[in-house]
Amino acid sequence: MTPSSTSAAKRDPFPVNWWTRALWAVALAYVVYAFGLLDLNWDRMVAGMGHGGDMLARMVPPNFSRWSLLLEGMLESLEIAVLASAVGILLSLPIGFLAARNMMPPWITWPARALIAICRSFHPVIVAIIFVKAVGFGALAGILALIVASIGFIAKLFAEAIEEISLKQVEAVRATGASFGNVIIFSVVPQVLARFVGFATYQIDSNLRNSTMVGIVGAGGIGGTLFSAFQRFDYDFVAAILISLIAVIMAGEYLSIWVKEVFK
Amino acid sequence: MTNAADPVQGTHRRLQRFTPVERFSRWLVLLLVVSAIVVSTRHVQIIPEFLYDAPEQMLDLLQRLWPPDLSYYQIGVHEALVETLHIASLGTILALILALPVALFSARNITSNPVLQVLAKFILVSSRSVNSLVWALLFVAIFGPGTLAGVLAIAFRSVGFVGKLLGEALEEANMGTIEALSATGAPRLSILLKGYWPQVKPALWSIALFRWDINVRESAVLGLVGAGGIGVALNNALNTFYWDKVSTVLLSIFAVVIIAELVVTEIRKRII
Repeated sequence: MTPSSTSAAKRDPFPVNWWTRALWAVALAYVVYAFGLLDLNWDRMVAGMGHGGDMLARMVPPNFSRWSLLLEGMLESLEIAVLASAVGILLSLPIGFLAARNMMPPWITWPARALIAICRSFHPVIVAIIFVKAVGFGALAGILALIVASIGFIAKLFAEAIEEISLKQVEAVRATGASFGNVIIFSVVPQVLARFVGFATYQIDSNLRNSTMVGIVGAGGIGGTLFSAFQRFDYDFVAAILISLIAVIMAGEYLSIWVKEVFK
Repeated sequence: MTNAADPVQGTHRRLQRFTPVERFSRWLVLLLVVSAIVVSTRHVQIIPEFLYDAPEQMLDLLQRLWPPDLSYYQIGVHEALVETLHIASLGTILALILALPVALFSARNITSNPVLQVLAKFILVSSRSVNSLVWALLFVAIFGPGTLAGVLAIAFRSVGFVGKLLGEALEEANMGTIEALSATGAPRLSILLKGYWPQVKPALWSIALFRWDINVRESAVLGLVGAGGIGVALNNALNTFYWDKVSTVLLSIFAVVIIAELVVTEIRKRII
């Protein structure tokens, strides 16, 4: 029964962490302050609920009578997604490789990394605006915008995947006197293929989602139809478009799960 | 007698890494990908005349974008930029609050009620399937243009993301601790607070930071449909063809996104 053992037994098992408490207080203060900026009041909530109810009532039943317009836009979105993913993935492979710091000297990785950072920073819809100016309205602008987005995402993850590989295998293949190309094919690719398929399917998924949106700025696909239906208050057509969108995106998600299973 | 003459032959069979079904599926995926690309290339409508003068148009655009009208930053950009950050932060916080019950319901080791689980899955999937711009269109139609629509759009889009990842983190929690706690007769709230919470805390902060980073990018475009933030400034500059103002807006978005990424990486290094 030394004094130290009794004090140890009496010690609070869950001591108060004042740092965490202070951080929580700051977070709470921020929320209160930021909510004040929202200009949220009871009247607006009530009016909003009324508008929301109105909108929901007009959305039911969804109006599929303009199905040909819907189908056309949807197909164009799918085409944008497919082509942008194909070109984007093809371009990301060399760029990602050039950005991998264990494969390339710094004077190559830095420009590659800067390019990836620029591609990543802007939302596809903003990039689409630029391309609409450059190549006019239509699917091409959407494709180019999503290629940029794909490079920003895949090239970055691909570079990280290459940086994490085990160099022992690379060394072993190199020791056999393999050429540079063979070193890549037989020591780098097998180590990153499964992860790469994962990134690619994720990006195809994400391109599919975004290809339905770039139409808002005139870059082709169902987005333009959706936006104009919103502006004309055709909420029953909006509902029809949204239902088809969700169906297509969910189908895409199941497809990508299957593809990932195949390449596991 | 052949075996005796050639002892290796019995073991000399062709080794294959994949079963026939696996190989067939791989070829099927490849075939699907190639045919999708071919069909899309043939069917997609690209007006070649637009393509011919694309380099010229691009050059013209760059000339109009440069030099950026930096004086516009004080007048029209700064306030909108701060608003964008508020939309992203408040949207993320709201999403965390909304996602907590959904994640608890979707985790199979916490909720055993199948009805609640299906409901949670439905909320998660529908939140993620609708793009934040569509959420913004919906909330602009309900609450009118402004920051509120933007915050709600970001929050509703993020609930699916945060809820899904948090639910998975909860399912991966070490059950030994939980069993020990329930053996002491701890009530459910205590099990959640002292059993699950310490285990998922790092995952939750990492998810929140990751989503905040994404939301900074996403909230920059919400203004295009009238949901507040820097997108409104961008839209105004675009509609009036002031390309030098557009480039100021684009530069400030670029700066904010890079800073946000640096902040997130730094915080992640320090606390996780």
